[in-house]
Amino acid sequence: MIRRRLAIVVAGFGSFLLLVCALAPLAGSTHVSLTRAFDRSIPFADNVDAQIFFIARLPRVIGAALVGAGLATAGVVFQALLRNPLAAPETLGVSYGASVGAMIAITLLPGTSIAGISTVPLAAFAGSLGALAIVYALSRARSRGMSSTVLLLGGVVLTTFLGAIVNFIQYLADFTQTFRTVRWLMGSLDVGSYGPIVAALVPLALAGVGYATLPRTLDLVTLGPDAASARGVDVARAERLALVSASLSTGAAVSLGGPIGFVGIVVPHLVRMMVGTDHRLVLPGAALFGAAFLIACDLGARTAFAPVELPVGIVTAIIGGPVFLWLLLRRVR
Amino acid sequence: MLQAANVWFSYVASGFSRTRAGPPDGGRHVLSDVSLSVSRGAIVGLLGPNGSGKTTLLRLMSGTLTPDTGTVTLEGRSVGSFSRLDIARRIAVVAQETHSTFDFTALEIVMMGRYPHLGAFELEGPDDLRIARDSLAATGTAAFEPRPFATLSGGEKQRVVIASALAQASEILLLDEPTASLDLGYQFDIIDLLARLNRDRGTTMVVSTHDLNLAASLCSELVLLRRGQVLASGPTADVLTHANMRALYGVDADVSINPRTHRLTVVPVGRAR
Repeated sequence: MIRRRLAIVVAGFGSFLLLVCALAPLAGSTHVSLTRAFDRSIPFADNVDAQIFFIARLPRVIGAALVGAGLATAGVVFQALLRNPLAAPETLGVSYGASVGAMIAITLLPGTSIAGISTVPLAAFAGSLGALAIVYALSRARSRGMSSTVLLLGGVVLTTFLGAIVNFIQYLADFTQTFRTVRWLMGSLDVGSYGPIVAALVPLALAGVGYATLPRTLDLVTLGPDAASARGVDVARAERLALVSASLSTGAAVSLGGPIGFVGIVVPHLVRMMVGTDHRLVLPGAALFGAAFLIACDLGARTAFAPVELPVGIVTAIIGGPVFLWLLLRRVR
Repeated sequence: MLQAANVWFSYVASGFSRTRAGPPDGGRHVLSDVSLSVSRGAIVGLLGPNGSGKTTLLRLMSGTLTPDTGTVTLEGRSVGSFSRLDIARRIAVVAQETHSTFDFTALEIVMMGRYPHLGAFELEGPDDLRIARDSLAATGTAAFEPRPFATLSGGEKQRVVIASALAQASEILLLDEPTASLDLGYQFDIIDLLARLNRDRGTTMVVSTHDLNLAASLCSELVLLRRGQVLASGPTADVLTHANMRALYGVDADVSINPRTHRLTVVPVGRAR
């Protein structure tokens, strides 16, 4: 039963993702001929189709897939751990924690790397872990999970506070840098090269390894720490693993695309509506559907006002805001 | 098979988390020098006023908490030396209340009881489904199988949670006030269910309760807890006396054999003066 449902979920969402991946690089303000793009007889420097396809479009699609998967899975994990369907990297302030980390690395340590990995995703990971530690300390102050009011107010306060730090760093930075970071803070997938993607792959792969062991534990944790522990879950260990994995994927996603809003709320909720609440289905479903969702949103951002390309964060906020309000009306008691 | 020997315990509220206290001389103790022995096949009742330490004692016995001093042993070994999975294969716990944030169905809740029997990446097979369905049937909740857990009534939820504990296939069942918040009919259903499990499967149980008649009809032994200390313990008929009820609750109660059931019955008459 669960085996068959898992196969259906992976096949269904997987083929949807493949379809979106295949179509998205072809669409855009300029028509691209695939035959010309892959024609090796034309030198790359003279091949405009190949340049648009491989430099402008493909990294953007791959980046959107990684960011969407990273934010959506982090949302699923936060919702289970905090036992609250409104928890997500964006609502908890974790995205902004990652942004502060990434901005510090971009502004103060430009171009540096540790062990071959760019400092940006590492700093974003550290920032999301720090913000998460604050949220988690708040949630632990109450024994039976956190009320939605405390959770959301805490997220708002944390986001505003971290926003002030972001403004402070920008104020110190020079003008050209500020222009770039402002675009990035709007949530933009204008990656432009494969370097940041490769850098983000490492933390995302680590998060994926952590996520692989988590789903059943998350199911039990939603019943509360005592109920989970009585059924054999080492709750403290599971929470640590889940928080580190979710911070890694949030950090990687934010370092790549900025604090893109609402993906971590909308995608897990839509996936639950389609596959139920079992995290063995929800987590892989959210990874695949999150990737496809953000590619589609970015396609909208690139084409809606062509030739102007909007930051994708504007599109996800326009879709996500109303969905979030609807959830708030339905779920908060 | 499950024993607590000279257990002391206190909660210390420090900042965000509750941590264990130091030696028994500091702080207010939730449990002071409590000893309790549960033999195979027994049903031990824990009685005591609110705040007397019943829930804490159950949490110590399931290894969720660790005593400050003293030992809790399972099959002769310290509970702390077992992994969470090993404990869960031997001891199942039914909490006072279970909440589900997400819309799990009753069957999914019961299937979660199979967790300690599956490997890290193993998915439930037909055997697990059969065990879960048997557990639902044993608690009279088979009809709720596809229903969202959150939509069930208090009594229905409690029986589904007991089914989840049964699916865990453990020899020992710890129940924390299983009939609290249930109406009279469900209270009898739960008592009948527990008696049947004990008779048919030989399940050993520790039950905390405020229901004196549940204790009288179900439990083979009783432990009376007052302010974290054992007031009296032993076979139900020896412990459930007028004098002990007065000392435990400050209540004047008639304890007699009911002529219809031939069992002990406790009728509280009023506050003791």
